[in-house]
Amino acid sequence: MLARRIIPCLDVKDGRVVKGVSFVNLRDAGDPVEVAKAYDEQGADELTFLDITASHERRGIILDVVKRTSEQVFMPLTVGGGIKTLDDIRELLKAGCDKVSINTSAVYNPRFIKAAAERFGSQCIVVAIDAKRTALVDDSVRAEQIIEVAEKLPWHADPDLKNLFFQGVDENEIHWELYTHGGRKPVYIDAVAWAAKMEEFGAGEILLTSMDQDGQKNGYDLELTRAVSAAVGIPVIASGGVGNLEHVYDGLVKGRADAALAASIFHYKEYTIGECKEYLRSKGVPVRL
Amino acid sequence: MIAIIDYGMGNLRSVQKGFQQVGHEAEVTSDSKAILDASHVVLPGVGAFPDCMRNLESFGLVDTIHKAIESGRPFLGICLGLQLLFEEGEEFGVHPGLGILKGRVVRFPTVVADNAESLYKIPHMGWNRVHIKKHAPHLADVKDGDYFYFVHSYYVSPADPEVAATTTDYGIDFVSSVWKDNVFATQFHPEKSQGLGLGILKRFGELR
Repeated sequence: MLARRIIPCLDVKDGRVVKGVSFVNLRDAGDPVEVAKAYDEQGADELTFLDITASHERRGIILDVVKRTSEQVFMPLTVGGGIKTLDDIRELLKAGCDKVSINTSAVYNPRFIKAAAERFGSQCIVVAIDAKRTALVDDSVRAEQIIEVAEKLPWHADPDLKNLFFQGVDENEIHWELYTHGGRKPVYIDAVAWAAKMEEFGAGEILLTSMDQDGQKNGYDLELTRAVSAAVGIPVIASGGVGNLEHVYDGLVKGRADAALAASIFHYKEYTIGECKEYLRSKGVPVRL
Repeated sequence: MIAIIDYGMGNLRSVQKGFQQVGHEAEVTSDSKAILDASHVVLPGVGAFPDCMRNLESFGLVDTIHKAIESGRPFLGICLGLQLLFEEGEEFGVHPGLGILKGRVVRFPTVVADNAESLYKIPHMGWNRVHIKKHAPHLADVKDGDYFYFVHSYYVSPADPEVAATTTDYGIDFVSSVWKDNVFATQFHPEKSQGLGLGILKRFGELR
């Protein structure tokens, strides 16, 4: 039986590991290669580097980090952050990474995912979704906001895609909307419908982060995780909000995620990967130990 | 020297670094002569079956692979490099493969999971167990039930069940590695399967 995966995520800025709380207040937590080796020894199932380097000129640093990591760590490696072109993907794969995770570029050009999947194969294209529960605002205000944002998206009139925008929110139903730019910009697109569209365009996996829960240590947004997992036939990685091992269990079992991504509980040595997996196994979740 | 065939598909650096990690020299090459001069040949690959075949053809390597295998030197196929060894694949229409082993490459069926609430996700992505069918030399250190890293949507269905070295359960039992004479191949990625995977690369490099 396929094991559920435990994936530590390292935020990397200018070649160093940092971890933000709700994507601000960054703290330096070391050399990514050293941290990757430590997680390898602990039995992590995969590793994810999220490159949050702001300046474009310094983005080449992540390639060096990937190269050095892949010389010493023999497990699947995903890199996300700032990927805009097929060349960006090719460079990362050549450096030794296995999958790339794409968020903002997919929102601005959904067919980029299609092109990437056709060129490199679905298995290496992860679409990252930052989702937040919709605030209930007056429909007319909302319509204006949607129009303002939509007009910045080059595909807003595409008949195949434009129904992804909210057409009005039913207050009796829960909705999640998409955010881009590391969770800063709302784009008024339904996160569950988006996930399904990305699968159709060739995404091989969804990395799903709850912007409400991220950094809060209250657990994943289980309703969101379950909704997306039910809407797609590709694996879903739950992310955002893990504060203890029960949260990991809930994400995999109640949220029906295929993999659990976490950062701070592992980075600050609250739990080792091994402890996490022992806990999951004791509760009947298939894990690799 | 181990030759890793470069035909424009996939993460070859990890395969090369994996061999180096366990003390085997390996080079990434698309040069026919270098491949035929090598002591061992590796055919890696990720991507789509027809693209990979097309690239092998445009790099002029189909004949080289046949010659390398006929010469009797140890040959290792990884992931798509396993699938390409078979007669035909049904990814994006039916396309011929290298035809070194008899059988087809088929897509995972849609199977309802045990809890009856969800389907098995495709691609089959992550760590799964192998069950040993016969003791192949490259898998000498592998125990029944060991975990390896998989990522694929299609699997091989050999005409001759005797070539199966291991099987894996993902809704159905599929062949996860094969061995016939000097041809060794795994559906999973040894270069991404930590110590156990590197052990396979080490054993393969030691074969004569």
